Amino acid sequence: MLKYVLKRIGMAVLTLLIITFLLFLLVRIMPGNPFPSERMSAEQIANKRAEMGLDDAIPVQFFRYLGGILRGDFGKGTSLYYGAPISTVLSTAISNSFRIGGLAILLGSAVGLLLGIVAALNRGKFWDGFCTVFSILGVCVPSYVFLIFLQYTFAFRIPYFPYFFDPNRFLFSAVIPSVSLSLFTMSTIARFTRNEMVEVFDSDYVRLAEAKGMYGSSLVRKHVLRNALIPIVTVLAPLVVDLLTGALVVEKIYGINGIGKLMVDAITGEGIDYNYVLALGILYSALYIGIMLIVDLLYGVLDPRIRVAAREEG
Amino acid sequence: MAKKTAPASQAAVPYTPVKEDFVLLPQRDIRTDTNFASQSYWKGVLIHFFKNRRAVFGLIIVTAIILLAVFGPMLSQFNYRDIVQYRNDANRRVVAKGIAPQIPWLHQLLTGEAPEGNFADYTFLFGTDDLGRDLWTRTWYGARVSLLIAFVTIFIDMIIGMSYGLISGFFGGMTDNIMQRFVEVANSVPRLVIVSVLAIFMPKGMGLVIVALLLTEWIGMSKIARAEMLKIKEQEYVLASRTLGAKSGHIIFREILPNTIGPIITQVMFSIPTAIFTEAFLSFVGVGIVLPQCSVGTLIEDGFNNITTLPYQILPPILVLALLMLGFNFIGDGLREALAPKLEDM
Repeated sequence: MLKYVLKRIGMAVLTLLIITFLLFLLVRIMPGNPFPSERMSAEQIANKRAEMGLDDAIPVQFFRYLGGILRGDFGKGTSLYYGAPISTVLSTAISNSFRIGGLAILLGSAVGLLLGIVAALNRGKFWDGFCTVFSILGVCVPSYVFLIFLQYTFAFRIPYFPYFFDPNRFLFSAVIPSVSLSLFTMSTIARFTRNEMVEVFDSDYVRLAEAKGMYGSSLVRKHVLRNALIPIVTVLAPLVVDLLTGALVVEKIYGINGIGKLMVDAITGEGIDYNYVLALGILYSALYIGIMLIVDLLYGVLDPRIRVAAREEG
Repeated sequence: MAKKTAPASQAAVPYTPVKEDFVLLPQRDIRTDTNFASQSYWKGVLIHFFKNRRAVFGLIIVTAIILLAVFGPMLSQFNYRDIVQYRNDANRRVVAKGIAPQIPWLHQLLTGEAPEGNFADYTFLFGTDDLGRDLWTRTWYGARVSLLIAFVTIFIDMIIGMSYGLISGFFGGMTDNIMQRFVEVANSVPRLVIVSVLAIFMPKGMGLVIVALLLTEWIGMSKIARAEMLKIKEQEYVLASRTLGAKSGHIIFREILPNTIGPIITQVMFSIPTAIFTEAFLSFVGVGIVLPQCSVGTLIEDGFNNITTLPYQILPPILVLALLMLGFNFIGDGLREALAPKLEDM
């Protein structure tokens, strides 16, 4: 098991290194000049380049950059709006995104699980139908549309919640974005929980447990839920990545200073420079790979069969 | 037991059938068993698909939207990019800015009075936007652009991913190993990172959306194609073909490909909504479709910008987007069930 875990971790780190190198290479070979050349003499430009270490060979630059990342230094933005050290800007953004994303995950998975369980226990009745309709709706409508709707209704027509995000009243102003972000998670989890549970209910081992005289909540908890949860973990993983890495448009619309908003700025090129694109790219990839890794390992913990397979594989 | 100990007299004289024992059945009774008639694979899939109410519903929605996207703009007297306006008696320009949805004859029918106002006798089914363009035309034109982008990119992705996965799975060993490591790395790069790097290299517009989708969507296809290949390549008919001297290319693309097409089409049905979603997101953010073109994404963005003054403007594109998602997902689910029916569904 330990060998398996180490192997997975090694693979993940290697993949991340490759991606970092590719991103670095792409950004370095990008056409254009980092300095406004009309205003600077050739000598000044040469000095500046030497100062920033741009004349060194690419591998040397790469390892210097890598060393910086390990010390938590992503370099500095060069543009007007984002001139501060990137790590400072990123840490604020990460904390905002993680808090809102975390709320959305909690809300989404809790309500989703509940809804799914209720639907599976009342198969073919009202709650089952409700769950189906709800999950279809949540998957078909993007989260920013929910946000626009909620913002219009509960912040504009009925001005109860703030129209834009206010860091001083965090919980209060996090309601609208978290709810709109959680709907996709909620509906996906609800649908999956329901389908998995229905499948497990029909399985032979549950029939056996029933035959032994088990019933009610202990049957659901000990046999059905535990086995139904395993596939749900795999569904949850990409959702968690999506939410933690910031809900791009949602953050942009609601004025939340998160990594999603930074990413949108990077994509649209609004006052953000290559260093940011690089740092964000690495951050996103690291989060993505990290969470996928955790899920893989968690899967082993939840499902003994995978543990055994991993042990046999070496 | 009883039959074995039959009376000896019967055993001694075995019965010989005579001609009269055999009668020709009437013509109508001689035919294949209809209850368990053999039918071609695809016919079975079709029957199964059309028995699924959801799948048929999805098909109807998607067909309706495609038809409207193709013919909707033609049905309208307006153009998607022209501002509806006329010059009044005093030679002043009158522009149909921000008119809520209106149907004059319905108004007359309901209230009994002729509608009043500058554009009273115009039919604007979805209203007009803040510049005075007809939203009905724009919505269907935008749907056309979005659908076209999705279809074209997913089609190319299908060809790339399918070839990649089939080749990787067929040759196995070292080839497969290298190709799969590449897929693993490519799959670990979040789509957004690819988009943000692309946005530095490319000018914004339709090209950016298409390249972004081309770079990301083939991976899923290739995985499915590879899995199918691994399943099929061990079958006897492949061995037979190889024994007869067929080359690898022939076996992959002529013998095996037709048998993998089902799951791949299902994947296509799930990829199209992703493509539409991505396009809408990029256009909403402002790096997708550029003016004067419009797509579902830019229409939602326009609607969002005017939501406090013209709240009805955002509804049509959102409905089109949601219905497309719904339709394609239903079709995909239906296809998946029809292609691999479980025993209890039969």
